Amino acid sequence: MQILAESNQGMSELAHANIAQEFLTFRLGNEEYGIEILKVQEIRGYDTITQIANAPEFIKGVVNLRGIIVPIIDMRIKFNLGEATYDRFTVVIILNLSGRVVGVVVDGVSDVIGLDAEQVKPTPEFGGVLNTEYIMGLGTVDDRMLILLDIEKLMSSTDMGLHD
Amino acid sequence: MGHELEQFYAIFFEEASELLVDMETHLLELNIESPDLEELNAIFRAAHSIKGGAGAFGFTDMTETTHMLESLLDKLRKGEMAVNSQMIDVFLQSGDLLKRQLGGHRGDEGVNTNDVDGVVNKLKEFMNNPGNAPSAVPTEPEAQIEIPTVAEVVITESVVAEPDEACTEAKPAKPTYRIQFACGEIKPNLMEKLLVDLAQQGQLNNLSTAEQPDCCVLQLSTDVSEEDIWEALAFIVDPAQLVIEKQTAAIAIPEAPIVPTAEATIAPQPEQVAQPIPQAEIETPLAPPPALIADSQTQLASPQPQVPDPAPKKVATAEPKEAVAQKEAPKAASNSESSSIRVSIEKVDQMINLVGELVITQAMLAQIASQVDPILYATLLNGMTQLERNTRDLQEVVMSIRMMPISFVFSRFPRIVRDLAGKLGKQIELKTVGEGTELDKGLIEKITDPLTHLIRNSLDHGIELPEKRIAAGKPAKGTITLRAFHQGGSIVIEVADDGAGLNREKILAKAQERGFSIHDGMADQEVWMLIFEAGFSTAEVVTDVSGRGVGMDVVKRNIQTLGGRIEIESVQGKGTQMSIRLPLTLAILDGLSVAVGDQTFIAPLNFITESLKPVAADIKTVRGSRQVVHVRGEYLPIIALHEVFGLQPSCTEIHQGILIILEAEGKKVAMFVDSLLGQHQVVIKSLENNYRRVKGISGATIMGDGRVALILDPAGLVNTIKQEMVNAA
Repeated sequence: MQILAESNQGMSELAHANIAQEFLTFRLGNEEYGIEILKVQEIRGYDTITQIANAPEFIKGVVNLRGIIVPIIDMRIKFNLGEATYDRFTVVIILNLSGRVVGVVVDGVSDVIGLDAEQVKPTPEFGGVLNTEYIMGLGTVDDRMLILLDIEKLMSSTDMGLHD
Repeated sequence: MGHELEQFYAIFFEEASELLVDMETHLLELNIESPDLEELNAIFRAAHSIKGGAGAFGFTDMTETTHMLESLLDKLRKGEMAVNSQMIDVFLQSGDLLKRQLGGHRGDEGVNTNDVDGVVNKLKEFMNNPGNAPSAVPTEPEAQIEIPTVAEVVITESVVAEPDEACTEAKPAKPTYRIQFACGEIKPNLMEKLLVDLAQQGQLNNLSTAEQPDCCVLQLSTDVSEEDIWEALAFIVDPAQLVIEKQTAAIAIPEAPIVPTAEATIAPQPEQVAQPIPQAEIETPLAPPPALIADSQTQLASPQPQVPDPAPKKVATAEPKEAVAQKEAPKAASNSESSSIRVSIEKVDQMINLVGELVITQAMLAQIASQVDPILYATLLNGMTQLERNTRDLQEVVMSIRMMPISFVFSRFPRIVRDLAGKLGKQIELKTVGEGTELDKGLIEKITDPLTHLIRNSLDHGIELPEKRIAAGKPAKGTITLRAFHQGGSIVIEVADDGAGLNREKILAKAQERGFSIHDGMADQEVWMLIFEAGFSTAEVVTDVSGRGVGMDVVKRNIQTLGGRIEIESVQGKGTQMSIRLPLTLAILDGLSVAVGDQTFIAPLNFITESLKPVAADIKTVRGSRQVVHVRGEYLPIIALHEVFGLQPSCTEIHQGILIILEAEGKKVAMFVDSLLGQHQVVIKSLENNYRRVKGISGATIMGDGRVALILDPAGLVNTIKQEMVNAA
C-alpha cells in the first residue's frame, strides 16, 4: 500500500512538473503578460469609479463589486505602457490575492494558456520600470512571448501602496 | 430561579464561556520570551469581564478566582513581573477552574474547594515570589483541574437505589460519579475485570448491597470524563441500563483519607458482585425489577433524592438553590439550544451585504420597468411589485437577525444598583422602561460599560442620602429610571434620577480650577457638557464608586465612536437626565451626502452641528491664506474638501457653495463643499478590507445607483487642520 501510494505521489509530482500552470494572458500596449489563472476571480468591464484622495495616479479609485469595495489599478499607467483610455472595450481583471480583492485595468484579455516547465524561460536582467523581481519568467508559445507576472508579490509590494 | 432571571444567567454563562475560550486562546498564543502587550491585555480584559459579570450575579467564588488572576495579570502587563511557562500553566488551570465554577452555577457538578484553593494558592505564590515557580505544586489539584467540565449531570441508571451510607462516607476530592447498572446478566469474570478497570481510573467504592444482588452501584472518583466511563462500561453493560451520575457532592474534605478507603473498598467488590450473579443469570432478563423502575420514576420526578444528603451542605461553591435546580437547568439549556443556532457574525454580515445588493438590483430593475408600457407588460409589472415587497421583507428580516432587546443590558443593573445603594447607604429604586427595544448586538456589547458608568454616577453623585432627601421634601427613596425607545432612525437610552441635579456654580468653579475655557454667558447645556471633559470630577470625596475623574470623558468618547451622542438635562434639586442617542446598528450610519466636483461624500450626521450658505462678508482670511468664517460670534477655520482630496470643484468661491459645521474632538471646523445632495441612511463598508487607510475617510458606502461614496471622518479632517496649523507655525 505504502509503496503504491509513494509511487503515485511520485507520478503526480512528475505530472505536475510537466503540465505546469495555466495563465490568463492580457495585453498592455504591445506587450503580452500572463498571470496565474487561479488568482483571477472574474473579468468585468470598466465601470464608474470613485476616486480616492491622495492616491498615486495608477490607483484609479474604488468600485462596488457586489457589496465589496474594491480598489482598481491601471496597469498601463503603472507600467507606462499603452494609452490609458477608458471605453467599453476596457477590461478589468478582478484578482483574489489571499483574500484581498483588487481589480487591474488592462488593454484586453487574450486567452488562457497552459505552459509546461520548459516553455518558461528565466528572466534576463534588465533595468526599467518593471522590477524583474515581480516577473516569474518569460513564457514562449509559438512566436509569442508572455511576461509572466508574480501578481501576488507585485500587488503586495510597498510601491503599489495598496496596503498599510 | 425565576424564568427571567434564568435568561440573564444564561447570557452571562454564554458570555463567560466565550470569554474563557478567548482567554485560553490568548494564553496559548502568548509568547513567553517576549509577551505581546496586546495579548496580555486581552487576557486581562477577559478575566476582568468575567469578574464583573460574576460579581453582578453574586457568584463570589468566580470573582475571587478571577480577582487573583486579574491582579497577577495586571502585574504582568505592567511589566512588574515576567511571564514563565509555569505561570501560563497555572493560568490555564485557573481558566479550567473557572469553567468548572461556571458549570457549577449552571447546574453541573460544582467544584471542590480543594481545587479552588490549589489554584488560588498557586496564583498567590506567583504574586508573592515572582519568577519562582511554586515549588510545592500539589499534583493532585492539578490533575483535577484538567478534567474537562464535560459536565452534565452524572450518569443515572435505570435502576436507582437510595445512596447508602458508604456514599456519604466517601470523601473524594475528584469529581465523583455514581454508576449504577443491572449486573444480573454480567458474567462474574467480566464484572471483575470491569471493576478492576474502573479502579484503575480512580478511586472506586462499591456501594452494592446484598439486598439488591442484581443491581450494582458503584461510586467512582476520577479524572476521567463521564463519556470515558460510559465508553468503558458500554462494552460490558447494556447502555440502556446504565446510569452514570456526576455527584454534586464535590465534597470539600482533604484527600488524604481517600487512598486507604479506596483500597479497602476495591478489594471486596469482586466477591460482592460475584455472588449474586449466578442467581441473576437465571432470574433476570433485561428488564430491571419493578421496584427499581418505580424508583427511577421517582427520581425523575424529584431530583433531590439523587443528591446525596450531605452534598448541599458540603458544596462550598454551589448555592443551595442551584443545587436543587441542577436537574432542571440542563434540561432548560438543551431546550434553548435546539431553538436557536449560533452563527458567526461574519456570515450574517455577508447575508446583509447580499441583501443590500439585492435591494439595489431590485431598485434598478424597478427603474427600468417603470419605463415600459404598463398595459403590454402588466404581468411583468405585477412581478416587479411582488419582487419589491419580498425584497423589502427579506431585508427587514435579515437586519433583524443582529437585533437584540436592550433588556440584555438593563438586566445587569438591578444588582449593581442594589449593591451600590447598600454600600453608599442610599435608598434607591431602579425602574426600567422599554426593555423590549431592540438594537444591534454589536452596540449592545459596547453600550454596557458606558451605561454602567452613568448609572453609578447617578447613584453616587445624583441621588442624595435619605436625610438630605427628606429635608428637601422628597421621598427618602430615590428613583433611577432607565428608559429605552426608538426615535426616528435611532435608539434613545435615558438614565434619569430624581436627585440633586447638577450644580452650575460648582461645575463652573471646578472647570476654572482645572483650567478649562469658560465664560459666564455659557448656556446650561454647555456647562453640563463640561463634566464630560477629561480630568473633571466634582465629587468632594473620591469614593470607590466614582469620582476619580476618569470615566465620564471615556463614556462620551465611547458613545461617539459608536456614532452616538449624549445629552444632559438637569434641574437643580429635581434631578438629572442623561440621554444617549445611538444609531440602531453599527452597520448603518445617518449621513448627509455632499457633492464636490463629480464626487459624492457622506458626512456622518452626528458630527454635523449645522450647514449654512455663507455670505461673502463673513469670510475672512488669517495671515492671507487661511480662511475663516464668522458664525454667530465664532471664527471657524474653513476646510475646503476639494483641497484636502485634490478634486476639481464646481465652485471655488466659498460664498457660492455650502459650509458644513463639523464638531469633532472638541473642535469646530467649517467644511466647504459644492452642494448638499440629501440625507441618507447608508450601509458602512470597510475600505481597508482591500485597500489601505485613507486620511480623512472612515469608510465607504454604496449609493442607490450602485456607485461607491466615501464616508468622511470628521475627526481626521479636524486633525488635518491642526496639523496644518502646526506646520504653518
